[in-house]
Amino acid sequence: MKRIVKASIFFIALVLIWEGIYAAHIWSPVLVPSPASVARYLIDAARDGTLASATLVTVRRLVTGYAFGIAIGLPLGLLTARFNLVRDTLGLAALGLQGLPSVCWVPLALLWFGETESAMFFVVVMGTVWSVIIATETGVRNIPPIFARAARTMGSRGLHTWLRVILPAALPAVVGGMKQGWAFAWRSLMAAEIYVTVMSGFGLGSLLHYGRELNAMDQVIGIMFVLLLIGLLADRVFFSPWERMLRHRWGTAAK
Amino acid sequence: MTLPDELRNEEPSKLSVQGVSKRFRSRGHLVQALDNVSLEVGEGEFVCLVGPSGCGKTTLLNIIGGLEHADSGQVLADGQPITSPGRDRMMMFQESALFPWLDVRGNLLFGLKLKPGLRRKERLEIADFYLRLVGLERFRKAHVHELSGGMKQRVALARCLAPNPRVLLMDEPFAALDALTREQLYGDLQHIWQERKKTIIFVTHNVREAACLGDRVILFSPNPGRIREEFKVGLPRPRDINTVELARYSTSITAALKGHAVGEPREVAE
Ligand SMILES: Nc1ncnc2c1ncn2[C@@H]1O[C@H](COP(=O)(O)OP(=O)(O)OP(=O)(O)O)[C@@H](O)[C@H]1O
Ligand SMILES: [Mg+2]
Repeated sequence: MKRIVKASIFFIALVLIWEGIYAAHIWSPVLVPSPASVARYLIDAARDGTLASATLVTVRRLVTGYAFGIAIGLPLGLLTARFNLVRDTLGLAALGLQGLPSVCWVPLALLWFGETESAMFFVVVMGTVWSVIIATETGVRNIPPIFARAARTMGSRGLHTWLRVILPAALPAVVGGMKQGWAFAWRSLMAAEIYVTVMSGFGLGSLLHYGRELNAMDQVIGIMFVLLLIGLLADRVFFSPWERMLRHRWGTAAK
Repeated sequence: MTLPDELRNEEPSKLSVQGVSKRFRSRGHLVQALDNVSLEVGEGEFVCLVGPSGCGKTTLLNIIGGLEHADSGQVLADGQPITSPGRDRMMMFQESALFPWLDVRGNLLFGLKLKPGLRRKERLEIADFYLRLVGLERFRKAHVHELSGGMKQRVALARCLAPNPRVLLMDEPFAALDALTREQLYGDLQHIWQERKKTIIFVTHNVREAACLGDRVILFSPNPGRIREEFKVGLPRPRDINTVELARYSTSITAALKGHAVGEPREVAE
């Protein structure tokens, strides 16, 4: 409760300062709109449904691409850790591609897939998958070998060891990698949405883009607000429970 | 199999180590970890292995456990050659090796779930039985990081006992604990050994500990790893580590240990 009060005071103070700057007319209202006009934009956009539909489009792209990225990144990471051949090939490629800013996939995706949903999907997957592969691999490699040995003496073999020992033991690192993958995917999706308009759906990035075209600063700031909120919400809803669980069981947070 | 059957003591195994040799290649040269080691361990006997660092104690334990293979020679358990790990031989390590993603009871259940023929309810009862045996039934839902070092090793011991093995292989299980906790565990281990009737091979650097726990203390020397001498400890049980009689044993073993430990590491030609 105390924390909420402190946070509220902080954010109310921020808005007041913003209002003060606006009222002082230091910069043109075109550049610095009032908090009220941003709020008005958000309310209007919420009323006529643009906000909801854009949020839905963006979140859907993000979630499908992200889920797919994890679904292939996790097994590939395990294979990379298990087989030296995979590590020296795919593992090396993943290491290099993970270092590539994920925005760099956008031009390639557009050339390959055109201005389509597939391009968006591809960009999100590329943002996710390399981080997950690398995190899973390092996570598995850093497991104390004694876990596997203890498991073996108790009769665990092969697939059982992988599912019941290796994977859970690597979980803190894997969650860390999933979090990083999420951040990369989120950034590159925004870049893609701002960069091109895909006719099959206007995401939040498109709204941001049109805000700029129309010189509508209230829209730009309002959408940025929504983006920020989505980021926070994802952290709270998706990652915080995992990290709490890890802290609770392991006594540590995700690495 | 019924629960009383399951909790009944398995007959402890007789182990026979026959001319076991093992070499390792480390950083380009060969190390003779074990050189023609032979050792007989009777049913239900408590044997301690003592020796300076690097004399192959862990290696021998791993071979008996089936985690490693001997280059030559063999180990028989009740006449059967050991080729792989088995539920009849459980290992306990210096670090507890408990799984942090499972709670205390979950760690015991891990091995029990791998044992065929047990129903869920039986597994839970068996786990509780062994947690009670090590005095930690109140902590069955605790997470591993919430336990002290001594408690972790108790849980590890319970986890080793739960599948009802015939042999316990213990590699310096108390080395990382403080003296007081250790003394408590000496008492507990002797008690459990008498109650559960296991053949135990116990590796330690601590001569007093060896004299306190072992029916026999086997002295190893390194480079190459060989058995040098053995001592029978004829003291009545349960033994207290702080008695004068025990000190006498440990003094003579220590003297022997010092006599054998001299000598530079020697490499072995291929
Ligand atoms: N996997 C391995 N690869 C290379 N060398 C090894 C390996 N395992 C053991 N050795 C070597 O074999 C020798 C015996 O090792 P071992 O671990 O059995 O000794 P130990 O008696 O258990 O020593 P400590 O008392 O320090 O635990 C050592 O010289 C060690 O360096
Ligand atoms: Mg050792």
